[in-house]
Amino acid sequence: MTIEIPKEKYTGAVREVTLGATADEGGTRAHTLTIGGESTLPYLQFEGTIPNRPALALEIRDRKPDDWSPLLLQAWGEAMDDPGEWAKAAEAAGADLIYMVLSLTDADGEPNTPEYARAAVRKVLDATSLPMAVVGPGQAEIDNELIVPVAEEAEGERLLLGICEEKNYRTIVAAALAHNHLVQSKTPMDVNLSKQLVILIHDMGLPLERIVMDPTTGALGYGIEYGYSVMERLRLAALGGDQMTQQPMLVNPGEEAWRVKEAKVGEGVPENWGDWERRALDWEAVTAIALVHSGANMLVLRHPETLRRVRSVLDDLLGSQS
Amino acid sequence: MALTGLEIYKLLPQTNCKDCGYPTCLAFAMKLAAKQAALKDCPHVSEEAAAKLESASAPPITLVELKGDDGAVKVGNETVLFRHEKTFYHKPGLFWRLRDTEDGDELKRAAAEADAYHVDYVGIDLYLDGFAVEAASSDPATFNAAISAVKSVSKKPLILIAPSGDLAKAGIEAAAGSRPLLHAANGENWEEMAEVAKEAGVPLAVQAEDLDGLAELTQKLKEAGVEELVLDPGVTSYRDSLEQLTSIRRLALKQTFRPLGFPVITFPGANSEVDETLLAAEQIAKYGGLIVLEEFNPASLYALLVLRQNIYTDPQKPIQVQPGIYEINSPDENAPLMATTNFSITYFSIANEVEGSGWPGWLLVTDAEGMSVLTAWAAGKFDAERIAKDAKTFDVEGKVSHRKLIIPGHVAVLSGELEEEMPGWEIMVGPREAVDINSYLKAMWSN
Repeated sequence: MTIEIPKEKYTGAVREVTLGATADEGGTRAHTLTIGGESTLPYLQFEGTIPNRPALALEIRDRKPDDWSPLLLQAWGEAMDDPGEWAKAAEAAGADLIYMVLSLTDADGEPNTPEYARAAVRKVLDATSLPMAVVGPGQAEIDNELIVPVAEEAEGERLLLGICEEKNYRTIVAAALAHNHLVQSKTPMDVNLSKQLVILIHDMGLPLERIVMDPTTGALGYGIEYGYSVMERLRLAALGGDQMTQQPMLVNPGEEAWRVKEAKVGEGVPENWGDWERRALDWEAVTAIALVHSGANMLVLRHPETLRRVRSVLDDLLGSQS
Repeated sequence: MALTGLEIYKLLPQTNCKDCGYPTCLAFAMKLAAKQAALKDCPHVSEEAAAKLESASAPPITLVELKGDDGAVKVGNETVLFRHEKTFYHKPGLFWRLRDTEDGDELKRAAAEADAYHVDYVGIDLYLDGFAVEAASSDPATFNAAISAVKSVSKKPLILIAPSGDLAKAGIEAAAGSRPLLHAANGENWEEMAEVAKEAGVPLAVQAEDLDGLAELTQKLKEAGVEELVLDPGVTSYRDSLEQLTSIRRLALKQTFRPLGFPVITFPGANSEVDETLLAAEQIAKYGGLIVLEEFNPASLYALLVLRQNIYTDPQKPIQVQPGIYEINSPDENAPLMATTNFSITYFSIANEVEGSGWPGWLLVTDAEGMSVLTAWAAGKFDAERIAKDAKTFDVEGKVSHRKLIIPGHVAVLSGELEEEMPGWEIMVGPREAVDINSYLKAMWSN
């Protein structure tokens, strides 16, 4: 008996999106980074092609965060005191790109300033030659105030800028248009909202090749199943030919996993939760792996060990690449 | 795949005798196809036709049940490739592998420890499903003793890894009274294994190099009279597992390919180059059935059990949080008290924000039938009466010394009514979104 493996025929494919620009392309990055392009469900290479690997980003901040787990502080050590050093450490840890989140305030609680954000981004651009994403602290007015000068500072670098949300996307998209960058389009776990925001951003004149879609996810145990299924549905729609769902998907398991109790808290938890460090690392890695299988094209992580673990899974799923 | 009315009609006597109560055989066939009639209503159907009809109506993936002295694990009978299409029904069983070469006391200690493992996840009790005991000694008496040792401390279901008829028999004897899975029949030993499985009435796992080999073996075993089978495709890597398990699931569901219409057993820790936790996670998401772990590590097991719970949640029936009063950051009697609903995502967003903010707090989670704040309010499941009732049920007056209750901003309209329902209480209207809780508390809560 010879069994034939049932293969699906898809009419659509995920759109390719390229971040970063080399000197030839008007930037200063050593190389560019392309994600998306696959014409099959995650890692089913027997029925389609997967031209690009998912990108693994490490999150850094423009200053040492006040609320990160001691486990993360331990992992990054003194590098966290300087965004340039932190970016270098992230590059050394194997990141494909640096995902920089600007802080809401400085260490004394004073509001962050455009000057500071601009300087921090410049430091990172000078310290590493990796492609880069820069997103605001997540409050519309301040995001816009910080991201616009950053876009200008990094003119031509094809940064991924964010975060565009339904209530606040125009300013960031305009900055991306003016200075040749890309944007992260984030919507709360809903197929139609994802599509809709991509359409709105595209309507402003930004080519689809410069939009990365963030469908939002929950951490393991905290709603991951919603994001997981929304991603599977988006990907099936994309392969089915629905143009506005064909953007590569970015998810942030690092942020989600490290803010839940299982990862954050070492004491006063049930004994059967087991060893804290292992639990925290598993929380981030298991969250990430579930999202790898639901179609993530870019994963933002926080712990270098998680990056190593997820990388080795991807190497096996896709065959290792130098 | 279910037969159409016309296909069924061809198998019926076509005499229109009306003995079934329907005017014609075709009408009866249509009712059968719609599952509104049962074949037994036709007294004249041939045995051959009955067998065909019965097998056509069998589920595409056989349900396999393992029973311990206490507790059972059911796997199989899945109907979809993606959980959003309907739901995944039977959670993969998580087992821990023990070897009979281990000293008896050590086996007991290890099994007892793993048996006692329980974690609470939003009011759901999560635990290891059972043990896979391996006849690594190749000695029937040793194997028998090891199983007895495990059984003396645990009533959970067992998988017996016994690659020969003799070992299998010794294992079955020791496991008497339960319904273990025998692992495994292969090209060489299948006849003796089939005999043991059949006599004991237990399910049997099947091992082969590839899908062709598996399909051939399952057919032989079916002919030998073993119906409840589990496939062991011997996957050892992420890619291999994803491709094989996806193929098996697709063949079963899309082509009703009976020879592979069984649940799957995997050993994610079998290959030491692989990260067991991450391969097990993949298999929970992508079509695993029974997952046998090499390592028992509470931290990793917790993560896997929660992932399994999440992936196997019915998308139509979201996870609900047990209503009650929840403590965050060890609150005392002066800490703020906030009310919300028991929709899990609602609960998690709020609990997370409060937790992250560092504020100690009491969260009154009311029974809103798993709906979010606005939906529950619109449906009358989150109103003043309900909040007041649950505040009483969960004794908030005994927890806090102040008399201030913060309600979600979206239901500000409830505050007047609630003040009437809860005399002596000040009802404060909180923020609409969880993310604003920290700034709200900073501005509005003074001790």
